[in-house]
Amino acid sequence: MAIVKMQKISICAHKSNRKAVLETLQSMGVMQLITEELDDQELMRMDTAEARSNFLKNADLADQALAVLNQYAPENKGFAASLAGKTEVSRTDYSKSVGEHKKTMAVVRQVLKEEKAISECRGIIQSDENQIGALTPWLGLDVPMTFQGTYKTAAFIGSVPGTVDEAQLYALIRDKEPELTTVSCEVLSSQNDATNISVLCLDKDKDKVESALRAAGFARPAQASAKVPAEAKAELEKDIEEQKKQISQLEAAIASKAGKRGDMEIAADFYRTRAEKYRMLGTIPQSKRVFFLEGWVPAESADRLAKVMEDRFGAVVGMEETREDEVVPTALHNNKFSSNFEGVLASYGLPAQGKADPTFIMSLFYFFFFGMMLSDAGYGILMVIGCFAAVRMFPKMEEGMKKFLNMFFWCGISTTFWGFMFGGFFGDVIDVVAKTFFGYTGPTPILKPLWFNPLEQPMQLLIWCLLFGVIHLFAGLGIKGYEYLKQGDAVGFVSDIVAWYMFLVGLILMLLPSDIFAGISGMTFQFPAWLNLVSKVITIAGLVIILLMSGRANKNWGLRIALGAYDIYGVTSWLSDVLSYSRLLALGLATGVIAQVINMMGSMAGGGVFGAIVFILVFVVGTALNMAINVLGAYVHTNRLQYVEFFGKFYDGGGEAFTPFQTANKYIEIKEEN
Amino acid sequence: MSMGMVLALFGAVLSTALAGMGSAWGVGVAGRAAAGVVSEDPNQFAKVLILQLLPGTQGIYGLLVTFITLSQIGILGGAQVADTNTGLMYLLACLPIAIVGLFSAYHQGMVSVASIGIVAKKPDQFGKAMLFPAMVETYAILALLISILSITNIPR
Repeated sequence: MAIVKMQKISICAHKSNRKAVLETLQSMGVMQLITEELDDQELMRMDTAEARSNFLKNADLADQALAVLNQYAPENKGFAASLAGKTEVSRTDYSKSVGEHKKTMAVVRQVLKEEKAISECRGIIQSDENQIGALTPWLGLDVPMTFQGTYKTAAFIGSVPGTVDEAQLYALIRDKEPELTTVSCEVLSSQNDATNISVLCLDKDKDKVESALRAAGFARPAQASAKVPAEAKAELEKDIEEQKKQISQLEAAIASKAGKRGDMEIAADFYRTRAEKYRMLGTIPQSKRVFFLEGWVPAESADRLAKVMEDRFGAVVGMEETREDEVVPTALHNNKFSSNFEGVLASYGLPAQGKADPTFIMSLFYFFFFGMMLSDAGYGILMVIGCFAAVRMFPKMEEGMKKFLNMFFWCGISTTFWGFMFGGFFGDVIDVVAKTFFGYTGPTPILKPLWFNPLEQPMQLLIWCLLFGVIHLFAGLGIKGYEYLKQGDAVGFVSDIVAWYMFLVGLILMLLPSDIFAGISGMTFQFPAWLNLVSKVITIAGLVIILLMSGRANKNWGLRIALGAYDIYGVTSWLSDVLSYSRLLALGLATGVIAQVINMMGSMAGGGVFGAIVFILVFVVGTALNMAINVLGAYVHTNRLQYVEFFGKFYDGGGEAFTPFQTANKYIEIKEEN
Repeated sequence: MSMGMVLALFGAVLSTALAGMGSAWGVGVAGRAAAGVVSEDPNQFAKVLILQLLPGTQGIYGLLVTFITLSQIGILGGAQVADTNTGLMYLLACLPIAIVGLFSAYHQGMVSVASIGIVAKKPDQFGKAMLFPAMVETYAILALLISILSITNIPR
């Protein structure tokens, strides 16, 4: 359990080496640079904003092109891709590809241009389809919609409100102009409470017919084309076909550039890394001939870095003292087992420098509790195999992901252990299979629990869970005590830590032999008289110390006692914290019983071949579901026990993560060659 | 068939029905929020799916209590309930997870919606976002515990 010690160093070198120094720092990736406001008039900064935004723009373009490429020429990686990590590229290949980055960018632009053309084609198709939609009601017409009539006739093409048939239309005109007989009406279609009609009459009757139609609400169509609707539709359809052909050509053109994917990835990362370098470059204070850098380096790398800087660039490197008001960034360093649990700590908040790193102790409890909550040997073995295989298959996996899977690997081991302790192996699958398919009639369970069956003695396990909880919480209080001692605060240690230990241990010792406890747990404790006396003495001693000392920052004795009394009231929070560990029992039972339900449902079809097929189907699907939901449950609730109960006793995070200045690669990892 | 049997079965049914209703409700509202986030940022699928699932556990707890009850009252195992009072005790023992399951899953669903909002805005804060719904679940776990302890310890 350790927080990496940080050394503040300053580097001063000649201006001509500026970019080379930054590149070296970037590839070493061990230094977090401090960017401060300048207060010295003689120092200045280089304006790199434009160069940087150009690089970022290029990186962005390459990213977009890659996304387009993935759409039209998907890489066959599937789910595993998220585990595979970055592609490894050798230094020579990288340099070669970077040398051609202009060519690559031309391809990138070409891809984006083609993608833009595709979306234009799609837009045209959309508008064509809309036009066809507008034409559809008029398809019955064999003249253009704008047709007004011939030399001797007049035509009215348009729509009237409501649903009208031809007879009604004739009646409508006859009512207004009874003597008119040379009229031909045709209903083309009706839609949305409107009827599309065409009316033909003699040119001399034009006005009369028009007024009759107008009275009925006749209107000519808003958009009318000069073509016969059926012809116009055919033309539009032809256009759609053409656009589709063009799209598939463009898609093929994009897909044909799939071979350039590697180069594009390199180009994107190359520009991103450069942009990052220029961002830093813009923050470095410099004078006429030299420039200055200041930053944090893990103490163990400080000498190596200093040597590189001095030898290669003739820089002056100084080891600086940390100032009081500075926030030192935090990096964690733990053993192989515990480092896998750092992610749990990091998502709560890293410890500040000078505080204790609880990762090691937390990882032990995490391991222990996770297994208890899942407590099924079958599920545990599946987790172990799955995580181990995943980590083995993808050695280039991203570091955080690898740690996460390794954490589940260890939790799987713990789950297997607890599964055998409580006699759970895919629930009771061994018994069920033996009974259903092999006619077993002997005593069950066949797989006997090494400890006891929690479903038969839930009370006993509950007591154990609470005991584990008390140990967990006491460990948390202990870490707080360690921090007090490290700061040399003996008074605080006694009054805030030791007093609480005395008070709580005394209370527990007084509770154990009582009738209430015997009634609940069925366990009776007979303590010798001296132990009963001791328990009373330490409880009262602890109580008095807390009452008098916990408000010691106050001069006013009245207030001080009141604060002490309030702190003693905090014992209720201890009670609720301890009861919270009952989830160890509840979640453990949940996994086991649901697994039994699945086995029982599977065995309902009876023995024989058919029964076996049903059983396997139900078992596989059910186990997958139960495992998914219970692994999630165990993960969430183990986290909760750490965050709320354990950390609540001593830990408040508040550290800043160490973020060294490094390459900003998203796709590739450069492999150095010797 | 005794009245006790009817009451005991009623309790068993209630625990799955009510806790399941609560979970359906909670997972339902959380699912709508999750779908909204995925429509904007498909990369957050796994995270919001986990948050959506959190209120689903109450339904499982309810099922669990039903199963334990059924295996005690002679439907899936154990001896039939002979008298009304014993049946009533089974009914009462089922109530904690039935009622608390219903309400805690609903509220957990609401908290999940808010936590999905956290993931949408700050995907790296997933660890904290996951914790808020888990707080609500504590009470469902306590209710589950009391239901199980009561059912397994009803004198027969």
